[in-house]
Amino acid sequence: MDLLEFARGPALQWSISIFIAGVLWRLLGVFLLRSKKDLSEPRNPAAWKGLRLIALRSWPRREFLEGTAFGEVMGYAFHVGFLVSLFFFAPHVLFFADVARGLIGTDLRGLVGFGWPTLPNGIITLLSAISVAALLAVLVHRLVNPVKRLISNFDDYFSWFVTFAPLVTGMAAFAHLAGWPYERLLAYHLLSVELLLVWFPFGKLMHAFTIFAARGATGMLFERKGASL
Amino acid sequence: MSAPLVGELLRSRGVTRRDFMNFCTSTALLLGLPASMAPRFAAALEQARRPSVIWLPFQECTGCTESITRAHGATLESLIFEAISLDYQHTLQAAAGEAAERAREQAMRDNHGRYLLIVDGSVPTGNPGYSTIAGHDNRTMLEEAAAGAAAIIALGTCAAFGGIPGAAPNPTRAVPVGEIVKDKPIINVSGCPPIPVVITSVLVQYLTFGKLPDLDALGRPKAFYGQTIHDRCYRRPFYERGQFAESFDDAGAKAGWCLYKLGCRGPTTYNACATVKWNNGTSFPIEAGHGCIGCSEPGFWDKGGFYQPLSTGRWGDARTVGTAVGVGAALGIASAALARKRQRDAEGG
Repeated sequence: MDLLEFARGPALQWSISIFIAGVLWRLLGVFLLRSKKDLSEPRNPAAWKGLRLIALRSWPRREFLEGTAFGEVMGYAFHVGFLVSLFFFAPHVLFFADVARGLIGTDLRGLVGFGWPTLPNGIITLLSAISVAALLAVLVHRLVNPVKRLISNFDDYFSWFVTFAPLVTGMAAFAHLAGWPYERLLAYHLLSVELLLVWFPFGKLMHAFTIFAARGATGMLFERKGASL
Repeated sequence: MSAPLVGELLRSRGVTRRDFMNFCTSTALLLGLPASMAPRFAAALEQARRPSVIWLPFQECTGCTESITRAHGATLESLIFEAISLDYQHTLQAAAGEAAERAREQAMRDNHGRYLLIVDGSVPTGNPGYSTIAGHDNRTMLEEAAAGAAAIIALGTCAAFGGIPGAAPNPTRAVPVGEIVKDKPIINVSGCPPIPVVITSVLVQYLTFGKLPDLDALGRPKAFYGQTIHDRCYRRPFYERGQFAESFDDAGAKAGWCLYKLGCRGPTTYNACATVKWNNGTSFPIEAGHGCIGCSEPGFWDKGGFYQPLSTGRWGDARTVGTAVGVGAALGIASAALARKRQRDAEGG
């Protein structure tokens, strides 16, 4: 078994299995917790209105803009580039379709209820490059800003690395980086994605699953207490 | 009597000087050498003695022989091929049985240390009786012939990498030539079958320079296996634009769109099909509408379905993932139960 076969076969199966098991573990462990009974009189009984915090916190607040603009811009640049590259690059869509076939024996339309088009490689390359640049910028910012450096730990740097690696290896494989065989680059790309999947449930990357639920819960709590959102 | 010169042989077969120089120029270019090398090729070839070649076919389908001897008809390449002294090839030679074996042994004795050994087919290492020639098992015959060879050409994917006989479950425990012979230069001309002009070019280079060409990490001539099919494919621009055929007969396929989605292995296959092409340069499989199956790569038969896109994984079945769902759910429920108990204990305390 060569490296690419290993990456496409057992490594992929195990990493996805660890990813699924880990994510379920984390999510169920949180969502099945008992809420502490709040005995106070609600100031606003329609607590569900606090769910708007999900949208509000996704956009910069004017009064904090000066301090948060860099992070907001880089965050959006990275996430948009990363997600579009992930979901609209033709080989990735083929991969997802194969995952759907492997998991439930159907195509993507059967799994999520719809299909979607792919984007030209030039657009994907541009967005991936923007993502890489944004990731490098936030790393430099983290390293030169004394406060951020102080509060950063292994999770921050390793999560950054496992996110950065698939982007770089993917671009290298796509570009057929000079002198490197494509199958080796593709294997590195798959292995880097598998590292991301294995680390995902156990580090800060788990925010992808918890961020909106956390904002919603916080918003409802604030709303009930009558706090300004 | 000494062996005749290659130039004399070609002239005797009616090859003109112009045709000969054209051949030398195109061979130089195919090998990645400048056209200015053509006169050197011509001079060396004209003066070269016919090299003795012993060709041992083992576990093979004769496709390689068909490819080399018949694919191009009576071209100059095939005349060059005839210009070698093919002292043993039991499919092609008129002699059979003991006479053929005697011819082989005689050639091996007379040209010890100088003959070229061509092997097509893999070598069974299980029961010696799986494949025999005149009562001799393949492995013994290879070891004897390799001992006196100047160099070995492993022709076709079976000889180079094990090929189809070596595919799982490999009942004969077939291995490539390189796993048996360790002390001789081996050049792998892989493909199922290999491109005819590759082997004639290798022979011409050997006759001209007296040495084998530069090889890649898998022992293949870099001039022919240095780039992937995908690198040189005429459908590549469609890949770049994200235009893919969805089925073999849709409008995209007919318009020449990329066959990546249909399982084409061009991106991971190193061969010259897209440039040299087949049937006298007529076309190659992708041009005929089918994706590359990666036949010049090791283990190509065991790398999943030929219609499974390269970017997809190997699932087998979903049991592992199903187990993961169960394990994850159990861990989550157990964690939550423990946390709730702690909550209760804290509130109770």
